[in-house]
Amino acid sequence: MAGDMIVEARGMNHWFGTGEARKQALFDIDLALPRGSLTVLMGPSGSGKTTVLTLLGCLRGVQDGSVNLMGHELNGATEAELTALRRQLGFIFQSHNLHESLTARQNVMIGVQVRPGVNDDLTRRAAAHALDLVGLSDRIDYLPANLSGGQKQRVAVARALVGNPQMVLADEPTAALDRDSASDVVDLLKRLGAARGTTTLLVTHDNRILDRADRILTLEDGRIVTNTGGARGNDAKMHSRAPKI
Amino acid sequence: MSRLLQWIFGRLPIGWMQLTHKRGRFFAALSGVAFANVLVFVQLGIMNSMATATLRPYEFFNADIMISATDANALSEGGNVARQWMLQALADPDVTAGLGLFVGDVPWDRGERDITFTTFGIDPGQREFIAREIATDSALLQMQDAALLDRLARGMSRDEAAAIRPQTPLSFETKGRTLTALDTFAGGGGFGGDGFMLVSDQTFLSLFPDRSSAAPDHILLRLRPGANVEAVANNLHELITDKTLRIRSFADAAQEDLRYQQTQRPTGVIFGFGVLIGVLVGLVIVYQVLSADVADHLREYATFKAMGYGHRFFLGIVVEEALILGILGFVPGVAIGTAILTLMGKVTTLPLAMTPSMAITVFVGTVVFSALSGVIATRRLAAADPADLF
Repeated sequence: MAGDMIVEARGMNHWFGTGEARKQALFDIDLALPRGSLTVLMGPSGSGKTTVLTLLGCLRGVQDGSVNLMGHELNGATEAELTALRRQLGFIFQSHNLHESLTARQNVMIGVQVRPGVNDDLTRRAAAHALDLVGLSDRIDYLPANLSGGQKQRVAVARALVGNPQMVLADEPTAALDRDSASDVVDLLKRLGAARGTTTLLVTHDNRILDRADRILTLEDGRIVTNTGGARGNDAKMHSRAPKI
Repeated sequence: MSRLLQWIFGRLPIGWMQLTHKRGRFFAALSGVAFANVLVFVQLGIMNSMATATLRPYEFFNADIMISATDANALSEGGNVARQWMLQALADPDVTAGLGLFVGDVPWDRGERDITFTTFGIDPGQREFIAREIATDSALLQMQDAALLDRLARGMSRDEAAAIRPQTPLSFETKGRTLTALDTFAGGGGFGGDGFMLVSDQTFLSLFPDRSSAAPDHILLRLRPGANVEAVANNLHELITDKTLRIRSFADAAQEDLRYQQTQRPTGVIFGFGVLIGVLVGLVIVYQVLSADVADHLREYATFKAMGYGHRFFLGIVVEEALILGILGFVPGVAIGTAILTLMGKVTTLPLAMTPSMAITVFVGTVVFSALSGVIATRRLAAADPADLF
């Protein structure tokens, strides 16, 4: 794997179900994501976007092909190894998934405490700093119920980034947001990712945010059908095997 | 509280925060645990009172060995023992004295409510067999038809009992005779009779004319100081001709009586099941609360899993919740349990009370079973698949 690639997949196939119900979801996927880039993964429902995201995010085991993440081969990795790798990633979900009984700061602290040996004071300060970066320093002790949708998603961004992950995987982070909030969230990911060298893989249907992408990847029926540079794209860093359509 | 728990656990006290986030549900859960505690306390209180009431009459006597008929499972049950076996026992050099103990129920018709005294007939001259607090009055029993009454007997007012003195005796008729109560002692109502009464063996035999002085219900023996009770009991088995007799240490006889009451008699078995059901109800309540809580937070737990948290982290949260529920639910549970037992004790005159050992047992049981419920509830976490979050 090239040294400037955070993740590189070769010939990745994936199936769901068993026996006669077994159905192939991904076909021979090749991709590589450069460090610090923001890649948008698009495609219709059922095209395999989520499956790619969960495989690269170590949330499922790789069945076939090779996936090298941060220098670790995921095909054949144990559950414990996958869990350990997930600690070095950040996740942002469509519905933010903040813990309703924890304040904004405490939700962000959860993102730090997953690493053993981090002291409480450092955790609290890191969480406050992360919330300051996403513009929520005045909402630090608010419960999620008292935050707007955009603010909740910004807390989720802070939670994903607070541990300085090498890669952030985001699933429709702007789907439930209005135009301004969606724009804010993607700008945040872009700006903070660039500042920290964090790679971002963002699954979306939202055409409003495509102009922020370094790379746009489109999936259809489990195959990569287009692989283009975004507004600031770099074609040389992304490959797509010819779709077998 | 959050700060304290954070210091204890070394992480955010997520369990505490989850529980207290929905106050109504939290207090409902605490009420459930407290209810289960009260249930166990009441059943344990009744069990304990049965033990206290069963053992209480043994405390009236000082004896080392008791000889009983083979079917005498309790002090007031079983056949008679021939006095001749006492004479044989006295042949053992370690046996210093013997006493025939007669037991029978004597009713006292008080008009609206009868009182039944479990009555012991003894030789009042053998004071070494009688507990010290009663022995001083035992000489009074030398008089024919004299009696010492239980001042804690159910159905007799405390004022009425307090008025009974040798100078102001109380006479009452029973079994066609007139008994004269010359003084009182502290007994207490039990599950069999309403209280106790002590009379001389001669008075007893006049109350029960079909009984024979040659056949008391039990024989009590005193041994020389330093004698090995078990060894002497074994010797007596060899010495006494009737091999069917139960020859036991007095302490063993009391414990066997208690075991019999708790495991063979219907009331004891019912109370035992009551305790078991209380424990099961508590277990189910805590499990339901925790299980529902886990189900409500599956999405958050799945998020934590995605972030890299392992099973021990979730186990920690759920057990933290279980311990909080167990400990905080215990506080109102012990307070309400104490109040109910006190009230029941006053109404029934049974020795019902909250004891430190009961409180500690229930507290430890609550904590252990709560933690166990928590561990079982975490099985639902298997349903929290982080891949389903996307």
